[in-house]
Amino acid sequence: MTVNKGEFVGILGSHGAGKTTLCLSINGIIPNMISADMFGNLEVAGEVPPRIPVRELATKVGSVFDNPEFQMSQLTVFEEVALGLQNLGVDKDTILNNIGGALEMVGLKGFEERSPFEISGGQQQRLAMASALSMKPEILVLDEPTSNLDPIGKEEVFTVTRKINQEEGLTVVIAEHEVEVIAEFADKVVLLEEGEITKIGTPEEVFPQLVDAQSKVGVRVPQITDFASKVPKKFGKELPVTLDQAIKGYKK
Amino acid sequence: MTEIICKDLSHTYPNGVEALSGVNVSIKQGEIISVVGQNGSGKTTLVKHFNGLLKPSGGNVLVGELDTLEHSVGLLAREVGYVFQNPNHQIFAASVKDELSFGLKNIGIEEGLIEEKVNKIAEEFSLTEYLDLNPYRLGFSLRKTVGMASIIVMEPDVIILDEPTTGQDFIGIKTIRENMRNLSKEGKTVVVVSHDMPLVAEETDRVLVMCETELIFDDSPDKLFANQEVLGKTNLKPPQISSFFSDVGLSSSDKAVLSIEDALKAIK
Repeated sequence: MTVNKGEFVGILGSHGAGKTTLCLSINGIIPNMISADMFGNLEVAGEVPPRIPVRELATKVGSVFDNPEFQMSQLTVFEEVALGLQNLGVDKDTILNNIGGALEMVGLKGFEERSPFEISGGQQQRLAMASALSMKPEILVLDEPTSNLDPIGKEEVFTVTRKINQEEGLTVVIAEHEVEVIAEFADKVVLLEEGEITKIGTPEEVFPQLVDAQSKVGVRVPQITDFASKVPKKFGKELPVTLDQAIKGYKK
Repeated sequence: MTEIICKDLSHTYPNGVEALSGVNVSIKQGEIISVVGQNGSGKTTLVKHFNGLLKPSGGNVLVGELDTLEHSVGLLAREVGYVFQNPNHQIFAASVKDELSFGLKNIGIEEGLIEEKVNKIAEEFSLTEYLDLNPYRLGFSLRKTVGMASIIVMEPDVIILDEPTTGQDFIGIKTIRENMRNLSKEGKTVVVVSHDMPLVAEETDRVLVMCETELIFDDSPDKLFANQEVLGKTNLKPPQISSFFSDVGLSSSDKAVLSIEDALKAIK
């Protein structure tokens, strides 16, 4: 697969399909921290992940995981974001500048002195995003970032993810079960089944093909696509994948 | 038969945070009911009163004949089982078999019968092949199934499921929904705390909406997803199909369409 600069790519698949393995390969955690035999070629932002240390790659690829609490270790939000930069040996002015920018981007300005453990799940996940963004990466990899969040938290994370993609031009690779959101945001979706890519294309291309295969591939399609597939005459040539498309395309 | 009755139930945590104020609700044996609201609204605090994990600061909770203020969780848990959101907070035994046997041993069931019950529940939940494995060697989804099975094997009248579908994939969600339906068919009361609105819409008959410590809505899901005031106040998002039908003017303003099946009937 190829992900172009600035694209928003959704990774779909059931548990065990290989979503996390793919994410962890892109950021180099596999095979540098979790050993594995790798074959084939992988190039990420001009680097070959297995060949450079994870912390160096982190300046090009930021990572966000499903349980933000596991990522938190510091007493304040400010220190939490500073940690990665300090470990890289970046100078003080750059650190201060980057922290401010990253917290601004995720909407956590004013939270600097709060404890990372006393903010909401959505705020924690945005803090994890700020830590990644402080290193000014070109790519952000998010592995089921909203699985443990309530609807407001999910919305917060999706909004920030979209913003950094559209306004900052970061490439986003996100593994996610919320297909309604992927259908709305993604330029491209990649379907994994038992470790292999079996479909790749725009949401409009991929989801209609999955309507009859949901149980088999272990991935839902947006509810509106499922519905439209049962009454295709009520919709235009192409099945809708978002609520807006369905409302516009509906023939009374 | 175990009816749960909350009378003027209030709860203030030891740190002074008020989490419930003046909740009145009764749940009859055999109901399948959901509890929704944002994090911090009081939903989990409410259901933790149903088996005495929390005790009222004001008012009373009756579980069958038992006032939870006067009885231990150990006793109440026989009537009301609580399946945690995070199976890691619940599971501790070295094998799936031990995990499923633990509660039964605790209440003094004889060994032969324990084995029989454990084998039966393992079969129902497709866990037979994992009985000898350490639960932590299983994936999250299966571990969650173990957590659920370990409570259901105790055969409580009432089963509380806290966010059962969080982090589950298509198959996991399908299995959980089937389990809920089966429990309901057997006459169990099923109380599900959830952010999963399609689940609430399609699988439950009654919804309790919590908002800032208060119970603000207690009615059927089709009324909830048509109630813009409650939805707005609580930031709850109806299932896509409900929004679509309301946006194109196909559903009445006081009764939402809840499922694809409903929707297909409505446009025929």
